[in-house]
Amino acid sequence: MEKYLFWVMAVTALLSGLGMVMARNAVHSALMLVVNFFALAVFYVLLGAHFLAAVQIIVYAGAIMVLFLFVIMLMGVQREEPADEPIRFQRPLALLAGGALGGLLVFVIRTSFGLARFAEQAGSSSAGNAQGIGRALFTSYLFPFEVTSILLIVAAIGVVVIGRREPESEEPAAPAPASSEPGGGP
Amino acid sequence: MSLAWVLTLGALLFSLGIYGVLARRNAVLVLMGIELMLNAVNVNLIAFDAWIRQGNATGQIFALFIITVAAAEVGVGLAIVLLVFRRRETINVDEVNLLKW
Amino acid sequence: MPITQTPEVAWRAIAPALALAGGGVIALLVIAARPKIHRAALAALSLAAIGAASWSTFDLCALRYRVVMQGSVAVDGVSLFANLILLVTAAMTVLLSYHYLERRRIHRAEYYPLLLFATCGMVLLAAANDLILVFLAIEVLSLALYVLAGMARRDAGSQEAALKYLLLGAFSTAIFLYGIALSFGATGTTNLGRTAVKVASGGVDARLTSAAMALLAIGFGFKVSVVPFHMWTPDVYQGAPTSVTGFMAAGTKAAGFAALLRVFLVSFGALQWSWRPVLWGLAAATMVVGSILAIAQSDVKRMLAYSSIAHAGFVLVGVVAGGREGLSASLFYLLAYAVMVLGAFGAVIVSAPDGRERLSFGEWAGLGQRHPVFAGAMTLFLLSLAGIPPTAGFMGKFFVFSAAVQAGETPLVVVGVLASVVAAFFYLRLIVLMWLTEPAGEAQELGASPAPALALALAAAATLAFGVYPQAIMDLARAASVFTG
Repeated sequence: MEKYLFWVMAVTALLSGLGMVMARNAVHSALMLVVNFFALAVFYVLLGAHFLAAVQIIVYAGAIMVLFLFVIMLMGVQREEPADEPIRFQRPLALLAGGALGGLLVFVIRTSFGLARFAEQAGSSSAGNAQGIGRALFTSYLFPFEVTSILLIVAAIGVVVIGRREPESEEPAAPAPASSEPGGGP
Repeated sequence: MSLAWVLTLGALLFSLGIYGVLARRNAVLVLMGIELMLNAVNVNLIAFDAWIRQGNATGQIFALFIITVAAAEVGVGLAIVLLVFRRRETINVDEVNLLKW
Repeated sequence: MPITQTPEVAWRAIAPALALAGGGVIALLVIAARPKIHRAALAALSLAAIGAASWSTFDLCALRYRVVMQGSVAVDGVSLFANLILLVTAAMTVLLSYHYLERRRIHRAEYYPLLLFATCGMVLLAAANDLILVFLAIEVLSLALYVLAGMARRDAGSQEAALKYLLLGAFSTAIFLYGIALSFGATGTTNLGRTAVKVASGGVDARLTSAAMALLAIGFGFKVSVVPFHMWTPDVYQGAPTSVTGFMAAGTKAAGFAALLRVFLVSFGALQWSWRPVLWGLAAATMVVGSILAIAQSDVKRMLAYSSIAHAGFVLVGVVAGGREGLSASLFYLLAYAVMVLGAFGAVIVSAPDGRERLSFGEWAGLGQRHPVFAGAMTLFLLSLAGIPPTAGFMGKFFVFSAAVQAGETPLVVVGVLASVVAAFFYLRLIVLMWLTEPAGEAQELGASPAPALALALAAAATLAFGVYPQAIMDLARAASVFTG
């Protein structure tokens, strides 16, 4: 059962990933990515990381992808990528880079791990639940955890600074030629 | 289920993400490619964590941090993308070419 | 349910980062309470926070070097010396920023907390002893810098700098993370000290660690702009507000190299034979490409960006040399570079009275006749960047190259010296333009307000002092060349 689930989900994840990078329409890409995230969440369950599977769905598939879709909608749904290539050979070169690195990594993995199998019930490792993660988070990884709070403050301030207009102090009729265009938003 | 297959999946997703980042021109899609890469890393971390099975769940904690950071990064990233879009009506990274790409 | 012991918190050891983050939070609260507060008060608050961080750094110097916070933070010579560089950088940036932002009318109150948080991220990066913390610290400083680079919201160049920096920064972080994942898979730990033990014991898969090191090197290479991962540097440096550019050039480089040194020398020190040739190649390519591409530039900020790439190569020479000599030479170089590059970008800031700086080379013609003191300072910084005695830049190159010769890397030194000769050409071109050509057009004032003038004077004094009497700083760097882990 576990084995079949693995293969089904692996194929789903790869196809949806492929769909995401190939789709012309941004909304299709985003939806493909959501499918991908769900498939990966199933993997996490198979690997015993139940808490992360939940986080993956709630935060990634839920919050982050909604944010993406929201921005895509704001910018107009019908917007499709032009098919022409202003940078010559952009796609073949990208294919080469991705393919070469992927091939190299797969080679390293196959030669390093061969056919090593997970121990029976990989899922029942003691840390695979919320308790274990919680304990590690507030003991061994307390400091990194606190640093993420700084990170989130920075992100919040950053979004406010970038997004908000500040009429009183900002260059109205900008003196610099480079910044002469008036009006910042719709 | 063998470790190597899970890691192979991670590597393939990672290279798909790299292709996405390098080949797409829409900045939002480039960001989505980066998300795919981060997810591939998470698959690796969680697989290694289940493989190593030591007490304090380092791999899973790391994956949790990556998800947090990804959320923050996407927030700032999309804000910048919107800023550029509102001014120039385009988010194709090669049309944003006041500075050479 | 077993009761878990409360983790021990080494307050004194993390005090520098706490002071900076605390200063940032206080500044934010002040802004929230009084949105129209005078920006000078915020600048003063930032300087106070930086002062507090410096004081706690000095306080730490007396303590025994050790690893604290459950193994994630290292208090050792390298992190303390990096703190010194970073805090000097941050303080100078505050001094240079105030009038510049005012003149360009992009003076947003949030600039100061973001600057403090970015510095906090850099301080943490230099002290991080766990790959998890390395990653988080990189993200803290990068997120703050993405926003700072886009601070001139109406300026197309600034917006695009932010976008480009963000996309390439996030891309490189993802690659870096894959490297961390592989390293974790090979060693079973993310702690640098424990990784070192595991690697030294030989019980790790060679292929896996090689792949991990390669990906980690790519990630660091992006952050400190090493060829071929330098593509973002010129555009971002040119588009970002100049005060931010100076901060990025000096600070990111110092923090990034401190972390690179720690990861490669501590964790993978036992595998020197495998990564040294790679870094050798990167160092040579970086020095040559950075110097050659700089020649073609006609924009001062862009030229300084390419020069910053070349300088990353010179620091890498110290890393390749390795050992205590190479380490101390790299640290000295980072400090010298921070001082002179802040001076050079500061001179660009001061060069014009309104927000518009003198960016094209032509605008610098004849400045020597009109503003001899200012042109003299810029000349000093350019000579230092070119590595001509008696300046900090010359001594930096001297120490780095002699460490490399001692380590038997003479070919690399030859490449480095040739690159320096090429590089000297474009610095000298600007100097000649300033002193030996007639000024064109009508005389234009400088934008020299007291604070930036003070910063420039300090940078010039330090550039000269490190060049004439380098021994004191070099002794300090040598004493600081100790890792604990």
